[in-house]
Amino acid sequence: MTVNVLMPALSPTMEQGKLAKWLKSEGDHVKAGDVIAEIETDKATMEVEAADEGVLARILTPAGTENIAVNTPIAVIAGEGEEASSAEVPAAPAVKGEEERKGEKERAPPAKGEEASSAEVPAAPFAKGEEERAPPARGEEQRPPARPAPAPAARPVAPEIPADATFASMTMREALRDAMAEEMRRDPNVFIIGEEVAEYQGAYKVTQGLLQEFGARRVVDTPITEHGFAGLSVGAAFAGLRPIVEFMTFNFAMQAMDHLINSAAKTLYMSGGQINCPIVFRGPNGAAARVAAQHSQDYAAWFAQVPGLKVIAPSNASDAKGLLKSAIRDPNPVIFLENEILYGRQSEVPNIEDFLIPIGKARVAREGKDVTFVSFSIGMSYALGAADELAKEGVEAEVIDLRTLRPMDVAAIVASVKKTGRCVAVEEGWPQCGIGAEIAAKVMAEAFDYLDAPVARVTGKDVPMPYAANLEKLALPSIAEVVAAARAVLYR
Amino acid sequence: MAAASKVETEAGEAAGAAAPALDPEQELAAYRAMLLIRRFEEKAGQMYGMGLIGGFCHLYIGQEAVVVGVRMAARDSDQFITAYRDHAHMLTCGMDPKRVMAELTGRRSGYSKGKGGSMHMFSREKNFFGGHGVVGAPAPIGAGLAFANRYRGDGSVSLTFFGEGAANQGQVYETFNMAELWKLPVVFIVENNRYAMGTSVERSSAQTEFSKRGVAFNIPGLRVDGMDVRAVKAAAGAAIDWCRKGNGPYLLEMQTYRYRGHSMSDPAKYRSREEVQKMREEHDPIEQVRARLIADGRTSEDELKKIDAAVRKIVADAADFASEDREPDPSELWTDVVM
Ligand SMILES: Cc1ncc(C[n+]2csc(CCOP(=O)(O)OP(=O)(O)O)c2C)c(N)n1
Ligand SMILES: [Mg+2]
Repeated sequence: MTVNVLMPALSPTMEQGKLAKWLKSEGDHVKAGDVIAEIETDKATMEVEAADEGVLARILTPAGTENIAVNTPIAVIAGEGEEASSAEVPAAPAVKGEEERKGEKERAPPAKGEEASSAEVPAAPFAKGEEERAPPARGEEQRPPARPAPAPAARPVAPEIPADATFASMTMREALRDAMAEEMRRDPNVFIIGEEVAEYQGAYKVTQGLLQEFGARRVVDTPITEHGFAGLSVGAAFAGLRPIVEFMTFNFAMQAMDHLINSAAKTLYMSGGQINCPIVFRGPNGAAARVAAQHSQDYAAWFAQVPGLKVIAPSNASDAKGLLKSAIRDPNPVIFLENEILYGRQSEVPNIEDFLIPIGKARVAREGKDVTFVSFSIGMSYALGAADELAKEGVEAEVIDLRTLRPMDVAAIVASVKKTGRCVAVEEGWPQCGIGAEIAAKVMAEAFDYLDAPVARVTGKDVPMPYAANLEKLALPSIAEVVAAARAVLYR
Repeated sequence: MAAASKVETEAGEAAGAAAPALDPEQELAAYRAMLLIRRFEEKAGQMYGMGLIGGFCHLYIGQEAVVVGVRMAARDSDQFITAYRDHAHMLTCGMDPKRVMAELTGRRSGYSKGKGGSMHMFSREKNFFGGHGVVGAPAPIGAGLAFANRYRGDGSVSLTFFGEGAANQGQVYETFNMAELWKLPVVFIVENNRYAMGTSVERSSAQTEFSKRGVAFNIPGLRVDGMDVRAVKAAAGAAIDWCRKGNGPYLLEMQTYRYRGHSMSDPAKYRSREEVQKMREEHDPIEQVRARLIADGRTSEDELKKIDAAVRKIVADAADFASEDREPDPSELWTDVVM
């Protein structure tokens, strides 16, 4: 019997990858569990193991081949003494990855007109029919909405970008890396510290290449001690250095919360202005894909409540770069909330030396006169997607990207609401005491007379993030929910 | 570990009967510094009783030799950091007693403009980095100061103090690991005053020899008679030297005792009056120096009285200043939140 070894997926939504190298040659005897090859995506490397015992009869894809679709046969393993040419029985190769790699998944946008369904995930634990039988979310919607379309890679419109600027297309991951590298070149006090930031090149590859350029003194791998290295970095900042602390994800920053809040945020005040803490805490925040409750929380509202902190949550590569550079130069502790799903999204970043975006300034991402959407980070995908949908019906939504959550650009929200009279706040975080709740309160206080309807909120559901694909989709906001909320405030 | 054993021998001698003598000038300086702490703390206790100081107020009385001995072995460029039992560290770092006391009374001239209080004061100028209200927090922050020293290669050492109760915090061990791994110039000083609030060492700690708490991380440690300023200075000197030479961190357990309650309201039920009495009579750090100075014959009672009077004057002036100074302007509510 022969078995095909198939190109494995690093994540349920990975579509293709590169065959980096073969560790066995044709004719080699392999045992189940032997590593036979290495595959790569832009974010991670993974070993391919043989699932069966036999002889590596044929290598179908030479080392170095790029863009190999998941599930493509890459080799044939034959039982001892067998020919390699018989029937192609697909065998799902066992995949081996480290814990955090499971988090390195992208909720890649589905192809046009196609639902993000089990089709692209061979091992998905549900059938499509089941998905459709999923319980409706609070009776709001019977059918689970489609995954949001990505934010269009449109040229960012912002006052800080001159009209004659040229642009380069890059992912948010690259933009963040460039921001750090530029600031490290500029200021010798800036260094990066965290788990796997150096040799491993970043758990999500955001710090790729920094070790090579700046060396181990300034790119510091830590033990897995969030509480300890957060406190240590605060001490270094008190002493005048400018640490960039990477949390592998913000979920793990919970162990360091005491130093973020009690040590970093409060000391300037408690010292009567003497001891500032110029530090950036950054990393992916919020839901990734299929990593369940302990790896999927959006902490935006938690941090945005704390005086003494600045909180930033960019939605695109350009904002990410300009804001991270500002954050690193800021004399205060800054919480910089990234989003794993956005890391791989491309957008246009201006080629400007010292491209700085001021902290605390929102951006009008799309102009409109009928309803205001206010969002940030990945929430912008739903808001912009809904604006596209509504445009087909002749409804013009204005979309505001907050970019900074603390200090919040309330003036920008109020100015828009005065124009539209209606407001929908969109976020992936939980509803109670969320960013949307704050927006609703501010709009009520400062634009009450202009409102034609109560402020509506579209949020993550009030539950821990479930694992099952269908439930996860239900737990997150959707374009359809934003459209429905817009219709509700428009009384249509 | 040749150097480690050298440290142990030097300080080991210091800890025993043969603690290296201080020259008379140093003895006098130690006496004066410790006395200033004692009188200041007594005054703070009185002012608390009068309602001039509020909230928590943790007095250092009985532990004076620890911070004074360490300071005598340090340079001005070395940083000090501790928890909330911090008045003594500030005075010893050369911060102005008037402004420390004014912070205790919550007045505008206090080191934190009245916004920090007893537990939260800092002086960048004097390299004092707080003043922290969270048990255990000074450990990693102190190691972070040392990280900056190593990053800059400026030869400074971080003197990081915390209680024996704090030594049971997980973050302390996270910090030990990183400090040794990265060879950070930090001396961890466990002020073992035998109690964390009302919990004695025996009731809280599986390993009560705190000098051994670094063993798992290869951090050399030493138990020191923290009531004898000579022993403290010798041990701290050797430990600081060890750090300054780039050997990594050092751990000192200072065996000491607090005479007063944990904070101003203390049930005093967890230890006997006799125990406290015995420590005061037999081990008082200030009396030890005083006795030596007199026995030595080079310092007269009169001279010591002059020092006493001078110290009392400093403390009285600080108390007056802190009572008369105005409260912060209401506008200060909104300042210093962010820069
Ligand atoms: C994280 C934390 N837990 C509890 C407290 C309350 N608390 C304040 S002091 C203290 C005892 C600490 O004892 P120790 O570390 O031995 O220092 P000492 O008071 O003896 O100087 C406790 C439990 C706190 N401030 N921080
Ligand atoms: Mg204690």
